[in-house]
Amino acid sequence: MTTMHLGAVDWAIMSVYFGFVLGIGIVLKRSIKTSGDFFLSGRAMPAWVAGLAFMSANLGAQEVIGMAASGAKYGMATSHFYWVGAVPAMVFLAVYMMPFYYGSHARSVPEYLRLRFDEKTRGFNAISFSVMTVMSSGISMYAMGLLLHMLLGWNFSLSMWMCALIVLAYVCLGGLTSAIYNEVLQFFLIVFGFLPLVLLGLHDVGGWSGLQAGLARVAASQGFAPGAWSESWRFMDSTSHNPMGVEWFGMVMGLGFVLSFGYWCTDFLIVQRAMAAESMSAARRAPLIAALPKMLFPFLVIVPGMIAIALTHEAGSGFSLPAKPDGTPNFDLVIPVMLGRYFPNGLLGLGLTALIASFMSGMAGNVTAFNTVWTNDIYQPYIRPTASDAHYLWMGRLATVAGVVLSLGAGYLVAQFNNIMDVLQLVFAFINAPLFATFLLGMFWTRANGHGAFTGLVTGTLAAGLHHGMTLPAHASTGVKGGWLAVLHVYPSEMAQNFWTAIFAWSACFLVTIVVSLTTGRGAARRDLSGLVYSQTPRVAGDADPWYLRPGALGLLALSAVVALNILFW
Amino acid sequence: MTLDIRLPIGLLFGLLGALLVVQGCLGGPSPVRDAARPGAGAGFNVDLVWGSVMLVFAGGMLLFARRQAIRRRQGPG
Repeated sequence: MTTMHLGAVDWAIMSVYFGFVLGIGIVLKRSIKTSGDFFLSGRAMPAWVAGLAFMSANLGAQEVIGMAASGAKYGMATSHFYWVGAVPAMVFLAVYMMPFYYGSHARSVPEYLRLRFDEKTRGFNAISFSVMTVMSSGISMYAMGLLLHMLLGWNFSLSMWMCALIVLAYVCLGGLTSAIYNEVLQFFLIVFGFLPLVLLGLHDVGGWSGLQAGLARVAASQGFAPGAWSESWRFMDSTSHNPMGVEWFGMVMGLGFVLSFGYWCTDFLIVQRAMAAESMSAARRAPLIAALPKMLFPFLVIVPGMIAIALTHEAGSGFSLPAKPDGTPNFDLVIPVMLGRYFPNGLLGLGLTALIASFMSGMAGNVTAFNTVWTNDIYQPYIRPTASDAHYLWMGRLATVAGVVLSLGAGYLVAQFNNIMDVLQLVFAFINAPLFATFLLGMFWTRANGHGAFTGLVTGTLAAGLHHGMTLPAHASTGVKGGWLAVLHVYPSEMAQNFWTAIFAWSACFLVTIVVSLTTGRGAARRDLSGLVYSQTPRVAGDADPWYLRPGALGLLALSAVVALNILFW
Repeated sequence: MTLDIRLPIGLLFGLLGALLVVQGCLGGPSPVRDAARPGAGAGFNVDLVWGSVMLVFAGGMLLFARRQAIRRRQGPG
């Protein structure tokens, strides 16, 4: 595709943004006095700031681009990733899990595991999380370098290095607070950058009804019923009725339960933002505050994809997506192509800045999570247990540099071996799914002990590997996609395989943790678990909050809203 | 005292909004991007309109920040 042409105003917009990002880091440096300030913002963030950062930390550019691509490939059913696959987990985290994360005074998710279980469980999580988060950061950088190269003709290495240096600067200077403030900025940038795209695009296809008509054409051309792209539940009865190739049970259990809870409730990148809140009630409200924009985001990121695919099937629209080497349309380019079609210079600069901002804050999020877990959960316990707070603060900054350098390395590695991205998505699922089982048992069952937790985690991860090695998605060849042990079952789609891998991993961890906990160490159950387990924690007295601000009430509100949206787009 | 986040938000979007408004004034209505498809061009000055929306948002943020600063200065009693 032809590269985009940026005008002076677009460059001005980008420069202003980068200037602000660095400026915020510089201004915040003065307020970083202790390691607590650096790693957890001194636990002083207001609920709304923590909430928006919570959501933005998850909203990397890959999500924006990926969701638009999925919107084109699968239609409205993509909203399941938000309405089933995120909001319920966020509500659960806020209402049931934050009291333990925040109340235990753990400085990280691995630290909670040490308090609740034992050192080896913490170690397993700290190490696996550190590796995952650095690789994730690398993937983010690679994707950004690639996109900027394709769209603007920028040198791949140069873009990666420039963004890496900017992130390094503002995180080293201002710590988590810097990252959080920039995430909030990124949130508003994405809203202002993409809302015009949706509005202009809908205007172009003739409103929502025009879009539905266009999507009916798309569905017909691929052999599905007319509503398959615009209705999210009706065609979930069987894998052959919807373009995603999943049915409702696998989707609800795999995505809605295991994968989504595994991610939103245990991934420190996300949880760290809620832990930075200024009080228990703020920490519980943060995920709920995030749930509102989260449930509205399908309209911002998925709809452009749906508009794009409708346009490609409309004769005379003059719209087409560039093709990949194998001839299939490159759906990852939906957002850039749409930006180019509708945005004049000015808005174009805004949209691009929003994209670059989300890549950068995705990376910053990974780096802040990494420097915290490294310093508090690997360096302090295993390498240098007795040192001053100033020393750990210094180590945090050093870890930031190391984290950025490692991410760059990971980025180059991914550039060399493209299949790594597929492998890594799997590894994340392998690790996150069982972790949720561990947390569930840890928080609600006093008999769960360290031996059970550790064995469960290891078994769950292995079970995920085994399941992946023995199954294959349709039309894929054995190897990275699966079936590398033997092909015992073929799934109709990669997504279905993904969901079921998660279900197996979770179940294996759940069962093994129970069995091993029951058969080992009665003594562990007599430890003081107050503040760490539901049955031994005094119910949080409602603060001075009026009833409508209580987490339970807000949670119920969020769930009702999400159910309403699901019904509306049934 | 840590920086109130409403300030950089207001300043950033104020600047960006101003840039869009200026570009809008200089540029005129959005060009029709595709001769074969007149509907694709918005037909109105997108930069000017959206830039103004952002300026309003920025103004709101700065107002909030100012109110918060005044309240803090007035302090407890």
